[in-house]
This record gives sequence, C-alpha cells and structure tokens, in this order.
Amino acid sequence: MAKFYVEDRQIVIPGDLLAEGRDVLVTTPYIYKSGDKFYATIAGLVQVNPEEKRLNLVPLEGAYLPRPGDVVIGVIIDVGLTYWVLDIKAPYTAILYASEALTKPFNPVQDDLRRYYSVGDYLVAKVLSFDRTKNPLLTIKDKGLGRITRGVVVDIKPSRTPRVVGKKGSMLNMLMSETGCNIVVGVNGRVWVRCPSKELEDIVVLAIKKIESEAYTTGLTDRVRMFIQEEKKRLEQS
Amino acid sequence: MKGKTKLIKKDGTRLDGRKPDELRPVRMEVGVLKNADGSALVEMGRTKVIAAVYGPREIHPKHLTLPDRAILRCRYHMAPFSTTDRKSPAPSRREIELSKVIREGLESVVFTELYPRTTIDVFIEVLQADGGTRTAGITAASLALADAGIPMKDLVAGVAVGKVNGILVLDINEVEDEYGEADMPVAMMPSFGEITLLQLNGVLTPEEFEEALKLAEKGIRQLYEHQKEALRKKYSLQKEEV
Amino acid sequence: MSLTPSTFPIIPLVKKKSVMALLEKGKRLDGRSLNEYRPLSIELGYIPKAEGSALVRLGNTVVLVGIKTGIGSPFPDTPDEGILLVNAEFLPLASPSFEPGPPDENATELARVVDRSLREIRAVDLSKLAIIPGKKVWEIWVDIYVLDHDGNLLDASMLAAMAALSSAKMPEAVVEDEEVKLNREKLKDPVPVKHRVVIVTVGKVDGHLIVDPTLEEESLLDARLAIAVSDDGRIVGMQKMGMGTFTADEVRQAIEMAMESSKMLHQELDKALKGKVK
Repeated sequence: MAKFYVEDRQIVIPGDLLAEGRDVLVTTPYIYKSGDKFYATIAGLVQVNPEEKRLNLVPLEGAYLPRPGDVVIGVIIDVGLTYWVLDIKAPYTAILYASEALTKPFNPVQDDLRRYYSVGDYLVAKVLSFDRTKNPLLTIKDKGLGRITRGVVVDIKPSRTPRVVGKKGSMLNMLMSETGCNIVVGVNGRVWVRCPSKELEDIVVLAIKKIESEAYTTGLTDRVRMFIQEEKKRLEQS
Repeated sequence: MKGKTKLIKKDGTRLDGRKPDELRPVRMEVGVLKNADGSALVEMGRTKVIAAVYGPREIHPKHLTLPDRAILRCRYHMAPFSTTDRKSPAPSRREIELSKVIREGLESVVFTELYPRTTIDVFIEVLQADGGTRTAGITAASLALADAGIPMKDLVAGVAVGKVNGILVLDINEVEDEYGEADMPVAMMPSFGEITLLQLNGVLTPEEFEEALKLAEKGIRQLYEHQKEALRKKYSLQKEEV
Repeated sequence: MSLTPSTFPIIPLVKKKSVMALLEKGKRLDGRSLNEYRPLSIELGYIPKAEGSALVRLGNTVVLVGIKTGIGSPFPDTPDEGILLVNAEFLPLASPSFEPGPPDENATELARVVDRSLREIRAVDLSKLAIIPGKKVWEIWVDIYVLDHDGNLLDASMLAAMAALSSAKMPEAVVEDEEVKLNREKLKDPVPVKHRVVIVTVGKVDGHLIVDPTLEEESLLDARLAIAVSDDGRIVGMQKMGMGTFTADEVRQAIEMAMESSKMLHQELDKALKGKVK
C-alpha cells in the first residue's frame, strides 16, 4: 500500500520522507529510494497524485541540465577552428559546429569563424544531443534560432523558467499582450526581450525579476499583470 | 593544564551556564552570498562559520575529472582574525587534515554520479572560532549544497562532544576543548543514522564513548531541525506575500 | 584544498566480485579471517645513528620510524614541557601513487592521527623533558618513513613510532651558563614513555568489517575507522577515513574488534621491546 507523507505542492528539502510503499510511481531523478521509502534529495515542490500513486518533485534550485530539443540562449565564450564554445549556464559548456550554423560548407583554411559570430554574441540555439560522456551539441539551423541583435537578455535561475512561461504559456502570453513585447524564454534561465520602446523593456525586465523571486507563490500571474498595468500608468503620467 | 581547570560549576552547569547536554544558541541562515550557487552561515554561540558552494562546473585542470561522477573539492580555512592570536592565512597541517575529513564527510551524501566530469566546490571559512568549527563547517556546507540545488541523500549535521572534569558535555566551546580531556566531533545523516565524520581527540573508556556517541546524536537531531527550519524559511517568506 | 582522488589501484570488477563472495564466507583473498592481521615483525635499532628506530613489516607494508632529538624553546603555554613532533613522508619509492613533494593530505592526516594518539594520553611524559624550565626543553622528532605501501599504513606507522620511542635513548645534555650542549657520543636516558598505544584500523566493505586491510582491499573499502587503544584498554583517539559512512552499531562492532586486536599488537610490542628496554 502506498502511503504519502506530504501534500500536493508542499515544499520539501533534502532528507524529507515523502512516501512509502512498493507501488509508488516516481517520475524524477530528484527522489531517492531506500527500501520502500522515498526521500527528497533537493529543495523543491512535490506533486502528489494519490489516485495514480504518482510522486514528482520540481526543483526550486539547481543547475540547468541540457535535454535534446531544449531551446536555450547561450553566449559565445570561445571560438575554435570549426566550432564555437557557448556558456549555456549548465555544468558543461556547449559546442556549436560550423556545419550546424552556416548554410554553405566551411573551410577553416580560407575562412575564420569569427567573421560570422564572435566571443560575446548571444545565440538562440537548440540542444541537439547531450549525454553523460559528451558535452552538449547545439544547432541554430531552425526557425527562430540564431544571433540576438537587439533587445535585452535577462538572466534568471534556470529552475524558475517554467514560471515565466506559465501553465500552457499563460504567463508568457500575458506578458506579451500587456506590453506588446516579443519574448523568447531559453529554458536554461535566459530570457530575450524585444520591445517597442526602452521604457516598456524596463517594465518587462522588472516583471521577469518579480516572477523569479516570487516563483512559487499563488496568484502570481494576476499580481504580475497588476504590476505591469501600474507601471504603464506611471509611464503615461510622466 | 588539561583536566585540572574547573569547567563544571558546583550546581552541575558549565562556565557559560549551560547544562551538560545543552547546545549553545544556534543561528542558521541560507543564501547569504550573492555570487555563490549556494551559501549558508552557521553560528554556534560565538563560533561563526560561512560556507559557499560553486558548481557543478567544469574542472580546470582537466586531468582531475572523473568519467562517471563529479569530484568534490573542499577547503576548510580559518580567517586570520578568527582566533585569539592571529592565525597565518597559509594552510596549516590542521586545515589540510580537516579539509579532507570534511570532504570525506560529504562524499557519501552528494549524488555526484548525476554530474560526471564536473566539480562541486565547497569553501568553508571560519570567521570566528570558539570551538566546534569543523562540525559547524560541515553543517554549513551541507546547507550550502542544499541551497545550490545539488541533489543529496540527506543534510549533514555535526557537533562536538567533549569530556570536561570527567563529565561528558555537548557542543564544547574553545575553553572546554582546550582544558577538557576529550573532544569528539561527530557528523551524521540524521534521517539514515549514518555517521559521515567521526574523530576522537582525547581519552575515553569504551563505555564513555558509547555515552558520548548518544549525546552527539541527540545534539545532531536538534541541529537537523534548525537546518530544516533555515531552508524552509527561505521559501516560506514568499508564501507570506500571497 | 582537498579533492576526490581517482581510485588507485583499479580493481577489475571480476576480482571485486570474488572478494565480496569470500567476505560472505568470512574469508579474504589471502586466506585470513576478517579479524586477522598479516604476519608482523618489529625490528629495533635499524638506524643506529638515530636515537631510536624501528622497522615494521606488516605483510608487504614496510614502515621505518627514526627518532631524533634536539634542544628547543618551549611553547609559551607549556613552558615546563618538552616538545613532541610527528612527521610522515610517503616516499615515491613506496608506491606508484606517491609523488615527490611536501606531505599531501594523506601523509598529513596520518602524522596528525599518530601525534594525537600519543599526545592525548600523554604517552610520552613531556613534563620530564624540560632541561631549563621556561627556556630550554627537549624536542623529540618522530619521523615516519613509508617504504613500501601495501595497505594499513596507519597501524604499521603507530607500531613503528611506539617501538622506536620506547627504545630510544637521548644524548647527554650538559648545561653550562644557561646554555645546553648535547654530547651525541653518549646516549643516556630513555625517552620517558608512560603509556604504549597501538592503532587498529577497521575497514568496512559492503557491510563487512575487517582489520588490517591490504592495499587491494583498501581500494574496495567504503570507509575506515582507526581506533587508538592504550595499554590500559582505553580509547585514546579515533579517525573516520574514506568516503563512506558507519552506522552507530558498526562503530560499536569496530571498537570491539579493535579492543581484541589491540591486545595482540601490544603483545607483539612487548615481545619486541623485551630485554631491549628496562
């Protein structure tokens, strides 16, 4: 018989006993099983479904771990002969080969990759592959990927990006419709904001920071909407 | 002289007024540094220790990497002004040993296999030393690891038990360490009853050791509750804003 | 900074399995039972030029300890006491894993554990080592030289240190006008040893506890617990080493094993020192 010691959406910390039983289904690497007992290994929010005997743990902290298919925002920190090295806020630096960035064949004897992208450039990229033995490989050969040339990039904790997106994109849609800005969320904890004006850009940046620091409180979408509307009002008055 | 200085008063209390099985006032706070991935401050009476965690991150030099797990790097260090006489900031033999003992006390706790080829760096600075600095250090380090979101089997809490004037006492301070007959630092994963750090500097009979271990366990359980409270506090502040 | 070492030596998985299977039956690769030491020999006076010395062989592990003495100033907090100093060198000739250079964390830890095990019970009576109280005192140097590493360096080092100290003779000290001169031609008084101490290191592997692990066994151990035991049966020091953990029950069991083995080690010390010291 599965027995649960925590409630849905409860905050737990390492060592907390979460559940007991042979038939508990765990869907995260952040829960440790010892005998028939299940313990939290990280500060996080538990998701409990007693009917399905399902147990999940959403981390509140921690590094970004790449998964193939993730859209990330990286910054170039080094350029090799045939590849760029990017910091994607993960424990591992990511590699972007010329063949995954340029449309025509690249010959390092005649050409220099710095002519295309150089150290300090932000790129929106997709994770092609990543496993325990190799650093993540990126591509920018897809729609919406490539160099960031305008707007701002906001850094937040990687564990807070789901809140910036919201349930089915609700937070993100609200942010964009309230401000008319275009926002791209890199799941590695970088958000790219493009706005019609500098003033609106500042408001969005503050709103994102507010979401980050209040990530796991209820009614957040409404509070952030109110915040944006008040800021806009203040902007109109001045 | 060891064993000859009077450290227990007539009424059975210690020089600072504590009962033999009583901890000093405890204060713990997590997330005290901005740059570190995780950090914590632990105070036990006048002992004040800060710990910071960086990582998991790539290792330089590369040859130190392990293919199947993260390595842990740990430095226990005392500030020059932490002691009565200035301590040279160069690492002493004691600090070299304690860095090792603390690292080994954390190795079995961190799920290092989740982050192969990386390092997790733990920096412990003793800001003020009044006994029990290594156990306060490992207590702070485990909080900093949790604050950094590094998966771990349990928190680690530690305390030093001593023997002064023939009596076993919990959480010894500097005077009790200096003039007492024994100093036994212990750290555990409380949820699993596993001892991750154990040293004895001093003389005990096997029976006294048995009693000392039980006393340490008692203190560790109390410190564990303080640790959990400090971590929960970080998130409960948010709730109140609702 | 202390960092996770890469494992040495690498033990093939098949071998690891056979070691584990043997342990289940209470046996070890070299035929020993779990609480049995390897053959032990203690040779005194190996370095006649030193004030005292001992070469200890524990299986294939070889440790040499030499005692040297000198005159120094006392520590301000103990003006009437001599000074005992313990140093350990893991020589590059002793193992492919040892590098030249100053003592690393393992050598430092070993020296400090030996030092504390001697110091806490006052195995050497330092109060008898003041020459001009407050000004000139004896310095007793215990230098541990690891010559061949096949595991359990700590137990072997403690035996060698104890044997060397117990058999050491200090040079004659001549006091003239507040100055002390040593007559190294004439070795006179013994180092005042009040207690003898041995260390028993208990290793834990897969829930089994063993004494005196070989290097191969050490690389399989989860953790080790060194327990220093005095000649009067008290625990005079402890150190948990290695990355794993012990439960309280395992610690109790380890202490029982250490108490038992320590009797044998004290007997061996007695045998070696009999007739050599008064």
